[in-house]
Amino acid sequence: MTKQFLKDNKVEYEYKDVDLCEEEDKQKIREHIQSKGGPLSYPTTIVDDNVLITGFRKDLLKEALEI
Amino acid sequence: MTEVTIDMVRKRAEADAKTYGYHLVPDPELLQAFLEGLKTNEERYGYPSCPCRLASGKFEYDRDIICPCDYRDPDVAEYGACYCRLYVNKDVYEGKQQLPTVPERRPLEKQSRVYTATAELKETTAAAEEKPAAAAQEKTEETLKTKPKLWYCKQCGYVVFRDDPPYICPICKAKREMFAEIKTRIDFIG
Repeated sequence: MTKQFLKDNKVEYEYKDVDLCEEEDKQKIREHIQSKGGPLSYPTTIVDDNVLITGFRKDLLKEALEI
Repeated sequence: MTEVTIDMVRKRAEADAKTYGYHLVPDPELLQAFLEGLKTNEERYGYPSCPCRLASGKFEYDRDIICPCDYRDPDVAEYGACYCRLYVNKDVYEGKQQLPTVPERRPLEKQSRVYTATAELKETTAAAEEKPAAAAQEKTEETLKTKPKLWYCKQCGYVVFRDDPPYICPICKAKREMFAEIKTRIDFIG
């Protein structure tokens, strides 16, 4: 749903399906999310490398993306 | 393996919601996304693990997050919805209460295990081969950590074995307060 929402709003994004990742990548992702102080929960969206949004939260995504 | 369909997943969720006095999230888009997630996980792992959490694919590590997860009842009781927000209470369903944001109740140590599951399992298997008895004991201790108890409904006598009493009695719909712990003592004679 997050992907669809970003697509619908013509936001450029990169994504990773964590559940389909290799162990090594999972570890890296875990470290990355935890370094930003987020819980290990999905979907996690990182806007401009500083705003971290946990879950599909339309309101928060809109606010962070200024749309 | 039987083919998993969205309809099957939906019916199971509806039946479970009804039994426990909950409702499914009223937003049809959200509901569809959750049901699809559950279907995907069931096809992938063989059990419908939580669509909002990362599963390890190892049953013993994912047991607590198989939907309906162990955390659903306390979360619906406290926040009005489960962690995913697939299951909600009456007020949220009727729009009297906003769809809440539910913090993760699953202990971090259990979450973290997912990321190292394969490596850990290998170790466990190796250890088990060397010292089967010690490994078995370790496992028992681990199981005991969760400490499920026997609870009975003071209204209808329904008995359940789990960490916390249910939010609502599935038989007579009595509230959680009607549940009391059964203290057992097992004596072995002869």
